[in-house]
Amino acid sequence: MKCERCSKPVTHHITDIDKNGDWQEHHLCHDHAQTFLEESNEIDDKPKKDVSELAKAFISQSGKSAVASESATEKRICPLCKMTFQEFRNTGRLGCPNDYVIFREELMPLLENIHDETRHCGKTPHRAPRDTQTQTSLIQLRNDLKKSIAAEDYELAARVRDQIKELESRKSVS
Amino acid sequence: MTLDELPRSPGEWLKGNGPESDIVICSRIRLARNLADFPFISKASRSEKSEIVTQIRESISESNSKLNYFDVERMSELDRQFLVERHLISRELKEGEGPRGVALNDDESASIMVNEEDHLRVQVMRSGFALLQAWEQIDDLDNRLEEHLDIAFSQELGYLSACPTNVGTGIRVGVMLHLPALGQTNHLDKFFRALQKINLSVRGLHGEGTQPYGDFYQISNQQTLGKSEPELIKSLSDVIPQLIEYERKARQTLLTERRQVLHDQVSRAYGVLKTAHTISSEETMLLLSSVRMGINLGLIDDLEIAQVNELFINTQPAHLQKIHGQTLAVDERNVLRASFLRKRLTEMRDGPPSE
Repeated sequence: MKCERCSKPVTHHITDIDKNGDWQEHHLCHDHAQTFLEESNEIDDKPKKDVSELAKAFISQSGKSAVASESATEKRICPLCKMTFQEFRNTGRLGCPNDYVIFREELMPLLENIHDETRHCGKTPHRAPRDTQTQTSLIQLRNDLKKSIAAEDYELAARVRDQIKELESRKSVS
Repeated sequence: MTLDELPRSPGEWLKGNGPESDIVICSRIRLARNLADFPFISKASRSEKSEIVTQIRESISESNSKLNYFDVERMSELDRQFLVERHLISRELKEGEGPRGVALNDDESASIMVNEEDHLRVQVMRSGFALLQAWEQIDDLDNRLEEHLDIAFSQELGYLSACPTNVGTGIRVGVMLHLPALGQTNHLDKFFRALQKINLSVRGLHGEGTQPYGDFYQISNQQTLGKSEPELIKSLSDVIPQLIEYERKARQTLLTERRQVLHDQVSRAYGVLKTAHTISSEETMLLLSSVRMGINLGLIDDLEIAQVNELFINTQPAHLQKIHGQTLAVDERNVLRASFLRKRLTEMRDGPPSE
């Protein structure tokens, strides 16, 4: 997987949660993960602080020593449900859908072990949530649409509307 | 529909009228689903569990699925056990905590457990070897529910479940088999090991964590990720006919090589059921298993499979007590079970008493 901001490989999977409980996934390389965290601290300190600190812990553990990263893994907490990986190990049950993002690195080998596969093939809900990139783009485009209408730039609005339609029609493709 | 009306019918899975029903008791498919906006059960608060129940109940009524909801939290211990015996809820739901329940349709072919290990456990059971029919029914039910719910799903990992063993399709495809003749040979272990090699598991009558008993076995898929639902169903559909074939051959071999011994075993089992004055549910099950094979081999000709199935279900502890209308101690139940069997077997042989 490539970093969403450059072509380097992804080293950090960050789940960013705002005060409304809405969340976004970010897949970033080491450098961009640090930039991202600095940005998010500047924009809005309070609600994101926990997540930022958490993600910083990820960074400090990355690639240093195997022992250190093991214990950091055990201590990592899902900001949504407060599940730790240690707790999952003990109970075998995850705490919320977001844990699949938070503990991705640890879960993927486990999934491969259980199922011999790591990618879903099969049914998709009719109301399938779009992938993160599409979700982000859709939010951005809807903002653009609002702005262009407010600015009475109807030519731009029509183009944006077509782009939104095109993205929305892609929702069921896995 | 109330729970008290259920004992009058044997339930879909014990009707005994589906394809290959001399060997395949029933086909079962379940789907694990979770709502996207809530934590999984282990991290859900009481109020969140209540909200989950509310949302799912609304989706059931909006989807026009014709299911009746029962509140398992407020249900008596006897009623919970009764639903476990009918395979309509799991032991996990029975013994769980907090707001939870089950929605059932009138013929008991479909059930939706709410707040079990996952927010939703949708299940369809069909008599005999009928996996495709079961899939069509559950796929339709699932589609209708999903129209009204935001389901936790990722493009990469599929349906997100509380336990990673269910992630992906969230599907468990199972077939319940009666293999009394193979059980008397030494080949069963060999077959089961071969099944495990192709990612199929063998379990007892009540699924996960239960020991096989009375020659009843459940065979189901273990893998849920990376293969589509029809592919996973096919992995079972391909192998079950072979097992059926082996069981039939083993029965014929027993008939030709050990006819007297077999006839004796079956007749004694039938005899004990017709005459006992106290009998445990375990012994009843073992004897009914023999009688069932005896009917299929033509050694017993005054009883039908559907009637044996009715006795299977109604002689279980909670069923017996519900029919009797009160809770009873084990000793009392054993006496009541024996008298129930004597009475029903006489009625079945001679026809119902004139009214």
